[in-house]
Amino acid sequence: MPKMNLSHFEAAMLFSLFTSVVLGVVTKRTDRERLHYGLYTFACFVVALFGIGWLMYLGHG
Amino acid sequence: MAKQKEEKQTMPPIGSWAPAVALGWLIPGGGHLLLKRTGRGLLLMVSVTSMFLCGLMMRGAMFQPQTGDLLTTLINTGGFIGDICSGILYLVSVWLGYNTPDMAGHVHDYGTKFLVTAGLLNVLAMVDAFEIAAGRKD
Repeated sequence: MPKMNLSHFEAAMLFSLFTSVVLGVVTKRTDRERLHYGLYTFACFVVALFGIGWLMYLGHG
Repeated sequence: MAKQKEEKQTMPPIGSWAPAVALGWLIPGGGHLLLKRTGRGLLLMVSVTSMFLCGLMMRGAMFQPQTGDLLTTLINTGGFIGDICSGILYLVSVWLGYNTPDMAGHVHDYGTKFLVTAGLLNVLAMVDAFEIAAGRKD
């Protein structure tokens, strides 16, 4: 099994992608709603990733 | 109105949903494929399997049920349940001898979370398969 060596950012983006796909598929009732919800959750993950990242950076001093 | 709601919430016969849920546990997305939701089944299969494989390639640790103080029990037993919810992915990796100890480092830590989350996402897929099989959802 090859070893994967990702940065925090890459791992978090990958996590967001897979989770958003599953949440989009299982949550809504039409394909259009699923696509929108998947994109929305992915965007939320990315915003949270950058937001919390900056918060930690600024809080660290 | 209340009667209609009560009728909707009655449990459907086990034979109508158990095969889809069981297959959904064993093979991520399998429940949807059995119910002829091919596109969604494949998306779930690819996402959950990819997440699990990424977890393995990051050398994430598998949880073992442990007792002790409340937090230890919750984390290890909960993590173990999350791991086994990946179905055949978990069974095959354990059968092939995958046994990485819990190591320090952000990649291993992410790997452990990927392995557990793959199982938890599969639980969501199983619930969705149940709702489709029970006729509560298209």
